[in-house]
Amino acid sequence: MIHQYKLNGYNIVLDVYSGSVHIVDDVVYDMIAMYESAGADATVAAMLEKYGDRPDVTEAELYDCVEDIEALKKAGKLYSTDLYEGIDVGRLKEKNEIKALCLHVAHTCNLNCEYCFASQGKYHGERALMSYEVGKRALDFLVENSGSHVNLEVDFFGGEPLMNFDVVKKLVAYARSIEKEKNKNFRFTLTTNGVLVDDDVIDFANREMNNVVMSIDGRREVHDRFRRDYAGNGSYDKIIPKFQKFARARGDREYYVRGTYTHYNTDFTNDLFHLADLGFSRLSMEPVVCAPDDPCALTEDDLPTLYEQYEILAKEMIKRERDGKPLTFYHYMIDLSHGPCIYKRLSGCGSGVEYLAVTPWGDLYPCHQFVGDEKYLMGNIWDGVTNTGLRDRFKNCNVYARRGCDDCWGKLYCSGGCAANAYHATGDILGTYEYGCKLFLKRMECAIMMQAAMYEDEKENKKTE
Amino acid sequence: MKRIQTIETRDLKKSAANGGCGECQTSCQSACKTSCGVANQKCERKEENKK
Repeated sequence: MIHQYKLNGYNIVLDVYSGSVHIVDDVVYDMIAMYESAGADATVAAMLEKYGDRPDVTEAELYDCVEDIEALKKAGKLYSTDLYEGIDVGRLKEKNEIKALCLHVAHTCNLNCEYCFASQGKYHGERALMSYEVGKRALDFLVENSGSHVNLEVDFFGGEPLMNFDVVKKLVAYARSIEKEKNKNFRFTLTTNGVLVDDDVIDFANREMNNVVMSIDGRREVHDRFRRDYAGNGSYDKIIPKFQKFARARGDREYYVRGTYTHYNTDFTNDLFHLADLGFSRLSMEPVVCAPDDPCALTEDDLPTLYEQYEILAKEMIKRERDGKPLTFYHYMIDLSHGPCIYKRLSGCGSGVEYLAVTPWGDLYPCHQFVGDEKYLMGNIWDGVTNTGLRDRFKNCNVYARRGCDDCWGKLYCSGGCAANAYHATGDILGTYEYGCKLFLKRMECAIMMQAAMYEDEKENKKTE
Repeated sequence: MKRIQTIETRDLKKSAANGGCGECQTSCQSACKTSCGVANQKCERKEENKK
């Protein structure tokens, strides 16, 4: 299967199953589109008809291109078929080993954001804070069930996790006290709305957190539309200086400023550029996921604007890269030469098997998005996963099992997408959230186009050296 | 190849033989939490073991 597209002056051909990426000129772009079905002679004839008035397009030249196409085909880099049907697609999940927990240390929040999927941090339940004892047991549960995995990820999540900061600190200290003996390496993430960020939080996070996710939606009016306190006051002015200090203090350590865009700010690149102007260089901006009748829901009519926005962003990032002021956008990060192996690409996000969410009272759910939906209760940190039937359903969640992914060129980049989004959109974790797919595919086209631009820049630089 | 440039990419077919260690990050566990794929995940395996 191949996927071809033209973007920002680049003609790109993706060979889906080998993962190969080719940059071609207009002539070969058209040849590749028809060669597989039409064959050499008909393709050459069609190209002579279309491009025959160009001096560089001769019959001999076109047959040379045919040879190049055949060489790529022979090398398995063009028109490759599904090579993985017999593969052990469940390898990463077969032992039921757990390597990541989303620790809901606070089912409460000091903001009252209208669009919050967690219903203002309460997840449709009562307000609650995780005790140290529950958190400690959750970490032990993770270690006990992690098999030979060395790298274990724990995200301090909420609600607002800094409303339970003392417990966070104690849990990190406990994890550090056991990791050597257990041969584990804990990687912590803190996701925060910024309200309680202070020097103590910054110092602690810089010592202990591999990653910090700072929630900001962008421009003041966009951010304050949803991200308000319980008195109705916007939080922008309160959190921006704190996050600026936090980001500066992170230095080379990982962080992301993460926003959500909605129907109200389909020009979301203005929010990203605003964040860049504020000094943030590592950005993520997610499309809102909510009920279709919610006024902030993205619509079909929004799609052309959103596609254009992603293109604007990609072009601006190329420009900034060339100017020596690079921006990182989470969804455009793609490492073509050292990216994930085929098992990762086929097996999905790992929710419900490798990755679980833990509530403040120790219940287990497949991921943070399912917390509060009793149908998805998997067990608890004392008894382990007791709903093994549910775990098996998540275990079988992979690209091959997901309806609608068979003919999609993006399947080895998304791995079938988010089970929770699929469930909320279709009622089935094996469904597909088609709106999200459309945006994902656009982002991948942009990300790969940026790789093509960087590839050409590097080549150009080598020439001039 | 005059009209075709091929960017170096990981050979996915080969990765069926040398991949699958499972040490990589869980896809959703970073900046996203809503719409992540796997394309932006890093492989944890050292280069010499990938060849």
